[in-house]
Amino acid sequence: MTDRKYLLTREQIAACVAKDLEDGWLVNLGIGMPTLIPSYIPSDYDIMFHSENGVVGMGPPPLPGEEELDLISAGKGLVTLIPGGAYVNHIDSFAIARGGRLDCAVLGAFQVAANGDLCNWRLPQQKSGSVGGAMDIAAGAKRVYVMMTHTTREGDSKIISERTYPLTAGGVVSKVYTDMAIISVEANELILEAVAPGITPEDVQSATGAHLNIENSQEIKLNL
Amino acid sequence: MKNKRAQSLEDAVKIVKDGATVLIGGFGPPGVPEILIDGICDNKIKNLTIVTNNAGTDRSGVARLMDEGCVSKLICTFPWAKESFVFKELYDAGKLQLEIVPQGTLAERMRTAGAGLGGFLTPTAVGTDLAEGKQIHKVNGTDYILELPLRGDVALIKALKADKRGNLIYNKSARNFNPIMAMAADQTIVEVSEEVEIDELDPEVIITPSVFVDSYFVTGHYEVGKGSKQT
Repeated sequence: MTDRKYLLTREQIAACVAKDLEDGWLVNLGIGMPTLIPSYIPSDYDIMFHSENGVVGMGPPPLPGEEELDLISAGKGLVTLIPGGAYVNHIDSFAIARGGRLDCAVLGAFQVAANGDLCNWRLPQQKSGSVGGAMDIAAGAKRVYVMMTHTTREGDSKIISERTYPLTAGGVVSKVYTDMAIISVEANELILEAVAPGITPEDVQSATGAHLNIENSQEIKLNL
Repeated sequence: MKNKRAQSLEDAVKIVKDGATVLIGGFGPPGVPEILIDGICDNKIKNLTIVTNNAGTDRSGVARLMDEGCVSKLICTFPWAKESFVFKELYDAGKLQLEIVPQGTLAERMRTAGAGLGGFLTPTAVGTDLAEGKQIHKVNGTDYILELPLRGDVALIKALKADKRGNLIYNKSARNFNPIMAMAADQTIVEVSEEVEIDELDPEVIITPSVFVDSYFVTGHYEVGKGSKQT
């Protein structure tokens, strides 16, 4: 396994994802690592964040003394509403998700398969999982980006030719951002777009459980 | 005009009987009618089927209802969370049945029940474990799952204010499932902090019209779920 010291931090992965979000988009962020992304959005960009519990235009955590206990994110942390934001009920919130209004959803994952299958709601050994809004959002967003570590703690690749974990949504993932690389999911081919500084495309291939097209890969440029 | 204001907590929750299916509003602590839930716990009601997003926070609200043995089945979207330890204990001990439903599907199943529809077709969960045993219909080349309405005997919801006819407004992300559940039960009971006169709520901003409200209990103060103080 590649030495972890050469791998990207969570913040660096978040910055890579942020670079690919476009001005004017409506974006849903999954629980965990994706919540780091807003800090890296250019300040002149008008990107709105949707939180499926009914917040359209979710802002950063409140300043001390300005907490509103009834204003939380889907991850149940306290948040704020940006000027021009709105509160909606669950029907409207999931009409946004399923109805194709989300330009992008950035979600965590246990596994991504070469065909874009997303597995992120239940581990195989669990009796049941916590699905939340993951299946609705993954099925409905225009683009699903995944942000995760490249391998499990045991060193197994999370990017594989065929999924072995329970499915969240089939064939939906278009980009994967990990601590080793940025990978695009094209028609049944994984394209290695960029690799972390200090490691080679071959290192990424050997840590990946599916064939990668590494012909045109570049090095990830970090500003952090 | 019918007076929908419950005179006491006991009066408000007396229609909740053993074995009922009860829709309970909230996502995380915001929007959970914890005072109404306390009233049901005090009545020692048994064998409830509860429909709600989470599996309770700490020992209050839905967690208290489970802790006190009132619940036999939970229909929810997100049961496994560290704050839902009461649920885990009971589930691991085989004392609770669990049905997991994707969040958008859960909301829409209640909406269709409230809207008098026979179900709906959704792309959510196609090909997954949660589609098992369900009919698949192809429309314009895309597969959809047929999902059926989910109706409650009672809905317990929380709002910020009710006017004297029972029109409701909510508070921030505490709105969530509450307006949907209000439509989807035979009896809808509301926990509100404040009652106002009939013309005090702007008709343009009323979220739940009074026709969906059977009774409301005025607490006199707005309290967010106890769990959120630890967030």
